[in-house]
Amino acid sequence: MASVSIQEVHKQYDDFHAVKGVSLEIKDHEFIVLVGPSGCGKTTTLRMVAGLESISNGQILIGDTVVNDLPPMDRDIAMVFQNYALYPHMSVYDNMAFGLKMRKFDRTEIDKRVRDAADILGIRDHLHRKPRQLSGGQRQRVALGRAIVRHPQVFLFDEPLSNLDAKLRVQMRVELKKLHARLGTTAIYVTHDQVEAMTLGDRVVVMHEGLIQQVGEPLELYNLPANKYVAGFIGSPAMNFARTRIVAENGALHAVNEGMRIEVPEHLRAAVQPQVGQEIWLGIRPEDLHTANDSHSESVCFSATVDVAEQLGSEILLDVRCAGASMVASVEPTLKVRAGDTVKLAMNPRRLHFFDQKTEKALR
Amino acid sequence: MIEGAAWRRWVFFRIPLAGFLIFLLFPFYWMIITTFRPDGELYRPWRAANYSPFWTWDPTLDHIKYLFNETVFTTWLWNTMLIATASTIISLICGVFAGYALSRLKFRFAGSLGSAIFITYLVPQTLLFIPLSEIIRAYKIGDTPWSLILTYPTFLIPFCTWLMMGYFKAIPKELEECARIDGASRLKAMLYIILPVAVPGILSAGIFAFTLSWNEFIYALVFLSSPEQKTVPVGVVSELIRGDVFFWGPLMAGALLGSIPVAIAYSFFVEHYVSGMTGSVKG
Repeated sequence: MASVSIQEVHKQYDDFHAVKGVSLEIKDHEFIVLVGPSGCGKTTTLRMVAGLESISNGQILIGDTVVNDLPPMDRDIAMVFQNYALYPHMSVYDNMAFGLKMRKFDRTEIDKRVRDAADILGIRDHLHRKPRQLSGGQRQRVALGRAIVRHPQVFLFDEPLSNLDAKLRVQMRVELKKLHARLGTTAIYVTHDQVEAMTLGDRVVVMHEGLIQQVGEPLELYNLPANKYVAGFIGSPAMNFARTRIVAENGALHAVNEGMRIEVPEHLRAAVQPQVGQEIWLGIRPEDLHTANDSHSESVCFSATVDVAEQLGSEILLDVRCAGASMVASVEPTLKVRAGDTVKLAMNPRRLHFFDQKTEKALR
Repeated sequence: MIEGAAWRRWVFFRIPLAGFLIFLLFPFYWMIITTFRPDGELYRPWRAANYSPFWTWDPTLDHIKYLFNETVFTTWLWNTMLIATASTIISLICGVFAGYALSRLKFRFAGSLGSAIFITYLVPQTLLFIPLSEIIRAYKIGDTPWSLILTYPTFLIPFCTWLMMGYFKAIPKELEECARIDGASRLKAMLYIILPVAVPGILSAGIFAFTLSWNEFIYALVFLSSPEQKTVPVGVVSELIRGDVFFWGPLMAGALLGSIPVAIAYSFFVEHYVSGMTGSVKG
């Protein structure tokens, strides 16, 4: 097992700058998740660590070794692909043994390792089968098995759960987590699914347009997003944004637009102060919007028109419109509300976010 | 499959299918029936009372005997087999490696090189045999099997290369990447992973190349002259048509016996061949 150090790495294709200076220190035993929309450079970064793409600029270290010019076979890594990439002409056993045979392990050692891995993954009964005779979940396990028999320094996962159906995906997610707890091998995991990222990662790296937007523990990203992009990407349904102007009155600051007048809470006042008279983004998550009652101060409330009410059983998702901006609020399931109604909503002031209009950086 | 009433299946599926089958198989039927029909029946005028072109009550092996006794047909068969096999092997080896390189390796002009190879395939043999015969003469290999073994690859290699390029492109590149991470060099990944997976494609390229060289006519006609060097297509035509006299019986017998090896090759690999054509690689 080893740490991985990615230092100012760039990937330049002929006419496309896919990765624009990514730096990341991955600690030994850590499970790190790269997440972002397609085309954000996350897979390219992973493939550079694997040695499947050349590095245009910068360097990558696995342990203490600079691996820039090492071929994939000499990096002591194992990779699990989205389409599993099982060798179709080999049995499950041979698929798992291939890497060890290539490295000239002796027969008894290969046999022991393959059977151990098969036991861990619960595929012992399928060792003699061909990949095409297996279900999607079983193929995924074989792909994992092929990675773990090698006892590599680092596991690389490229969207390994994307081809599974929703139920199996949740199940395999839990198993991956358990597997990592058991083996403790450093892992880099690429996904576009923020739920996968939040549940699996010790730390999560949000990428966008070839750049790292934020690195942090899952709750850190959720509670303290560094910029508007991360705020909108992490969390489901996504955070609401409203364009507001900061106005100073009677020693208090207010974020104002045609539909709302929200007092800037105490803990954000210092950060927002320099923006007086400027437009900034106000951000609030759907789960931090409630139907207003007497206990809410008037300074955190606003009125909005309901477009759609989505009944989910445990909650109602209200699609509302306020001063031209649409927002989503997650409210208690007992609320009686129909499309076209006007509702009064209150924000949790502790959970308000403000973002600079130009740089989109969080103000706090 | 056509859905609905039985008459629809008959009108839109079974009857047209039967029509096609008869149309396609009739030449083969004609070849077989002519082979076994005695000369007396073959040259009987169509106005004769007992004229029956589609059947014979009096089958004979005379034409086949004539073929083996009066001509060097076994030598032709042997020549054709040797030349087709050798040129197929040469072309497959070159085609597999070239197809792999053009579809998998990133190098300058890979795309234009691929197109250039394809264009060489489009040059008609009826033009190419003229410069080639100059070359054959210069190297003094005229009237030997080498004149064909070495010239057939001029059209077989582009053909195999293109077929294999398409097939290699259909194999997910992750298979190879995974093998390389697993500890295989590029060559080993190709030998242990890509080639075994590409076997259906290699087989269909091989069968096609074999058939093309087995049936080839114009090079064989131009580059070979003595009867004992000839291949089946040329031998049959040049020895069994004398002036304007067609020895129909032995001609058809030669055609029939000459097509049997190809038919056997096809039937032997038919499953691989079909999956090679449809290019399915399922993980």
